[in-house]
Amino acid sequence: MRPATPGTGQRPRSWFRRLYGAGPAHAVLMTAGFAFAGYLLTRILGASHPGWLLLWFVGAIVLHDLIFLPLYSALDRVLTSGRRGEVSAPQGPTWVNHVRVPAVISGVLLLVTFPLVLRLSDHAYATASGLHESVYLMRWLLVTAGLFAVSAVLYVVRRARWRRRAQ
Amino acid sequence: MDRLRDATAEPPPGPFRAGWWKSPVRGPWLTSYFGSILLVGIPVMFLTGLVSYASYNPRLAGNDTTPGKGILGFYLFSWVTNPSWIYRVSQGTHVILGLTLVPIVLAKLWSVIPKLFEWPGVRSVAHSLERLSLMLIVGGAIFEFATGIADVEYYYPWKFDFYQAHLYGAWVFIVGFVVHVCLKLPTMWRSLQRYSLREIFSTPLARTRPEPGDGHGLVASHPLPPTISRRGVLGLVGGSAAAVFLLTAGGTVRVLRPLALLSPRARSRGTGPHPEANDFEVNRVFAATGIPVFATGDSWRLVLSGPRTVSLSRPELMAMPLATEVLPIACVEGWSTVQTWTGVRLLDLARLAGVDHAVDVEVESLEKPGQPFRSATLASNQAGDPQTLLALCVNGEDISLDHGYPARMIVPAAPGVHCTKWVSELRFLT
Repeated sequence: MRPATPGTGQRPRSWFRRLYGAGPAHAVLMTAGFAFAGYLLTRILGASHPGWLLLWFVGAIVLHDLIFLPLYSALDRVLTSGRRGEVSAPQGPTWVNHVRVPAVISGVLLLVTFPLVLRLSDHAYATASGLHESVYLMRWLLVTAGLFAVSAVLYVVRRARWRRRAQ
Repeated sequence: MDRLRDATAEPPPGPFRAGWWKSPVRGPWLTSYFGSILLVGIPVMFLTGLVSYASYNPRLAGNDTTPGKGILGFYLFSWVTNPSWIYRVSQGTHVILGLTLVPIVLAKLWSVIPKLFEWPGVRSVAHSLERLSLMLIVGGAIFEFATGIADVEYYYPWKFDFYQAHLYGAWVFIVGFVVHVCLKLPTMWRSLQRYSLREIFSTPLARTRPEPGDGHGLVASHPLPPTISRRGVLGLVGGSAAAVFLLTAGGTVRVLRPLALLSPRARSRGTGPHPEANDFEVNRVFAATGIPVFATGDSWRLVLSGPRTVSLSRPELMAMPLATEVLPIACVEGWSTVQTWTGVRLLDLARLAGVDHAVDVEVESLEKPGQPFRSATLASNQAGDPQTLLALCVNGEDISLDHGYPARMIVPAAPGVHCTKWVSELRFLT
């Protein structure tokens, strides 16, 4: 299927394409998709607390696209500011990615376990399992420390190898 | 009118301007590479999710967690009992793959973020509909991953019902996904031809260049010098996925258990008078049920209701012919544990109640009415499976209160919550 793109026509554009912006197959796909989505909306409105559900659906987009992504991009920009150009320059490997990689992995691990690590659901967790979430903060910190330690060792090794080769 | 046209010609400052985006590695190849992984991963997530819903046998009374599903239940089938590990594998896949795909979903969303701010935002009816349909896939993806992660960690910062929300969210997501794949598959295929993986992995940072621009709006017009190679980006995303997998999969995959530091479960503590035999994961501890302890003592009777009504004490059950089966408890949250169970075959109990052919069975527990999963209805194929037990012992000892003493159901391939604990009554629905 051809996505909606402005003015790609070597062929003369049909009235439909002029009016709609893409071919009929595109329109059929969109109609089918939104018709089904509309049906799903009727299911959602019949579910328990549909307001919460819709709020979470839209909130999830806002939270990711307008808060989470800009935030981590800004952190990365701070990390790399002033290091650009140096990274691939003749000074050899820099530490930038040796901070970036363990930080990203640790961050992803926190993202998929933060209710455990921050003990946000300890009561429900104890009710289900008979155990407590108290172990997870230390485990995450240990994994994070391990990642940074391995990365630091690799950095020292890479620097040493680069220096030996440079001589 | 002229003013308006001027305003649309010149994008507002900030992310709406092409120069705002600086990444030298963002581009159609990278997006397509992540997309090609999700093209396989998301359908697996969707299908294992549909299977999970079917495994609850929602057509039977009291089993349906989403009674308003309408036509979304079109595919439902009677859940199987054989092989007994089928739910363990499908649900383990659903949860572990879901966690593992998180970094890939994040990377994919990162790679296309300039499209959110493309200018002009409205070009034609088709273009607007296409952008609107992206809300279904992006919202659906984030919603499904977020609610799934929160559920396996017992975190509910909302009032909606998880089962309903996760099912409806999955359908919204898959509608957006199918539309997106129909529109973008050719673009993805073309973009992947730009580089071979061998080229990517043999290109160090020093030789990393931006992708050629081609009107997708992904390649930065004024990129900064690169600080990471494309193979570095793949390593970063793949490494994150590998870390999530290794540190969580042990809840299901036995050999990875020592590494499962960040699995929500994969930890246990022996309970009851025989802690070694009862040292495996509990779902819902006895203390949380509100069942008085005396109700599980000598006065406890199992009631069989069928053509005949029979009441049996625990010693009477222990005196019946006992069977031993090695079967998993597999939770919808993805974790599972295989144990050796001993008890009375449900088929034998059915015969005692005067039932001579396979029928649906309603299993009641001692829990108060209104508690989630205090009862479950087993389909006739489950009730008629010779492996289905009313378990009295595990690993050679009495099961502990936390695991369902005086007696619990063990049903091959059924989700854990259908292996009812603290059973009080079996109603044979003849």
